[in-house]
Amino acid sequence: MSAYAPWSPQAAQDLLSALPADERLILPALQHVQAAFGYIPDGAVHVVADALNVSRAEVVGVLTYYHDLRQAPPASVVVQICVAEACQAEGTRELVGAIESAYDVTLGNETHVGAVEFDKVYCFGNCALGPAAMVNGRLLGRCDMARLEAAIESAQGVRS
Amino acid sequence: MTARIYVPRDSAALSVGADEVAKRLDEVCAARGAVVEIVRNGSRGMLWLEPFVEVETPAGRVGYGPVTAGDVESLLDAGLLEGRAHALSHGLVDQIPWLATQQRVTFARMGLHDPLDLDDYRAGGGLRGLERALSIAPDEVVADVLASGLRGRGGAGFPAGIKWRTVMEADADQKYVCCNADEGDSGTFADRMLMEGDPFTLLEGMAIAGIATGATQGLIYVRSEYPYAIRTLRTAIDIARVDGWLGPDVMGSGRAFDIRVVEGAGSYVCGEETAMLESLEGKRGMVRPKPPIPALQGLFGKPTLVNNVLTLAAAPGIIADGAAAYQALGMERSRGTQVFQLAGNIARGGIVELAFGVTLGELVEGYGGGTRSGRPLRAVQVGGPLGAYFPADTLDVPMDYEALAAAGGLLGHGGIVAFDDTVDMAAQARFAMEFCAVESCGKCTPCRVGSTRGVEVIDKITAGVDRERNLVLLEDLCTTMTDGSLCAMGGLTPLPVRSALAHFPEDFHRATEVRP
Repeated sequence: MSAYAPWSPQAAQDLLSALPADERLILPALQHVQAAFGYIPDGAVHVVADALNVSRAEVVGVLTYYHDLRQAPPASVVVQICVAEACQAEGTRELVGAIESAYDVTLGNETHVGAVEFDKVYCFGNCALGPAAMVNGRLLGRCDMARLEAAIESAQGVRS
Repeated sequence: MTARIYVPRDSAALSVGADEVAKRLDEVCAARGAVVEIVRNGSRGMLWLEPFVEVETPAGRVGYGPVTAGDVESLLDAGLLEGRAHALSHGLVDQIPWLATQQRVTFARMGLHDPLDLDDYRAGGGLRGLERALSIAPDEVVADVLASGLRGRGGAGFPAGIKWRTVMEADADQKYVCCNADEGDSGTFADRMLMEGDPFTLLEGMAIAGIATGATQGLIYVRSEYPYAIRTLRTAIDIARVDGWLGPDVMGSGRAFDIRVVEGAGSYVCGEETAMLESLEGKRGMVRPKPPIPALQGLFGKPTLVNNVLTLAAAPGIIADGAAAYQALGMERSRGTQVFQLAGNIARGGIVELAFGVTLGELVEGYGGGTRSGRPLRAVQVGGPLGAYFPADTLDVPMDYEALAAAGGLLGHGGIVAFDDTVDMAAQARFAMEFCAVESCGKCTPCRVGSTRGVEVIDKITAGVDRERNLVLLEDLCTTMTDGSLCAMGGLTPLPVRSALAHFPEDFHRATEVRP
């Protein structure tokens, strides 16, 4: 997605030095880097560490702890499938199976299929209208392959 | 005359096409020359009827649902704007039994208005609680919360007033109010709906807590999976600041209280209060040992009131209307109302707010109408991923903290997930361990390692490998996790596992036994 700037250590430094005092913490700093560049490249670790005057180990510790923080660029369409209990009761296991056979993949985290990426997540709070999914930040309820593919198509349309 | 139509903006409604319905209504009405005002309200919580469209009539609001964009023409043809009959009509909304028989206290305003219209909020009784809190002494506010019997709605059920009093009495140069909006339990969505559908109530509750405890800074830790809630809260905070009831001089009282929203990063265990505090400090969301308790040494080592969204949202009503009205509801030591959430394979899913004491069966069979698939109900999980599975023939348990605990379960955040007879309970038990393995913060070995071993042992049991010995091993593992974990993640993961084993042993015995 062209919404993200290409990685640049200088741009990251500028971004971090402009952070308000209450966001000069490791997690928000990494979230800001990801929001700007789409992911947190290896080269960002020492930039964040230097900006906050913390060790690189602390930055890597936070970076690898949180599921949201990613070390590789996202695909242009990110599809997140809820695999938690309420959606299981409504058929998310079957939906995951259908995706896996349709795209010939094993769904893990950040599984890329061309320009589309599938992630498993736990719960969007749409538990009465499952299976739930999110396509580029847009929530879908009562999800099946047809609804999912339509949403992916429309997300691809928005991009191009 | 301008007809007023309501189309919800709650993300659950949007997930099934509410925006498309609103757009279509706007287009078709314009083409027909009908003058309409489309209000984007919160959801009434009747989620199986979403998108639920309402129209104002002299007799009251008439509801239609579930409406698709394709239904709009036929609804208008039938006389939607006058509230006339249609196959999708449910009549006067206030008279729909599902809604009319509830005791909506925390969710009293839910779905009535545009959630970001402050005039509507005031007209509905909003800000009376904060006004009163500013006019009385802080210890009187705390006394009211204590007298109401309000208990923490996050899951643990700790008396809210005692926390408030502890923070109030702590002596420090800075105190915090942290709202735990990391609603990660599958099957729960009440926090999300309140944040999206009635955000001012939460902000007012936090301001009251700040005034009572002497905290000047509030933080709302919202999970990143709730982007709609985050946007709504941030806008609501801006509106409250402009109106002067958040900021350096709350309602001209000379007292300061401000709130900021902090976005989580996809970690379930950050819903545990000490892990949340670590995350708010920008660190890994690792659980802290207690003591020290957060009320004395919380965020950045300062006294911190940590409460769930629904706990804080109950405060404005309690302070405005007095503790007695709230205390009068409920049973035994569970006072007031609980916002139950009906989810999973259920015909009528959504929000049911009732006084404590309603039975699980009344909720699942009565309000919920049984399974959505129409197949027989087999199991109900209460209280999220760390809650017990109840078999369909044990639903007479009353829903209060102590009664559920006595029945071997927990109320948690009030989420109720129904499963029909196609569910494989051994797979559900395995999932509980798998989820724990993925989400464990890693601090306690029984949780970090035990969950992975748990998946392996359950796999052996279901494959029939040395089954009896592995069942003993699993039981032993569950005991170690329960006794040897700091927080509920490792401590309660055995609950769904053990309840599945106890009530549905046949699911673990499907494969023929193989001796290694």
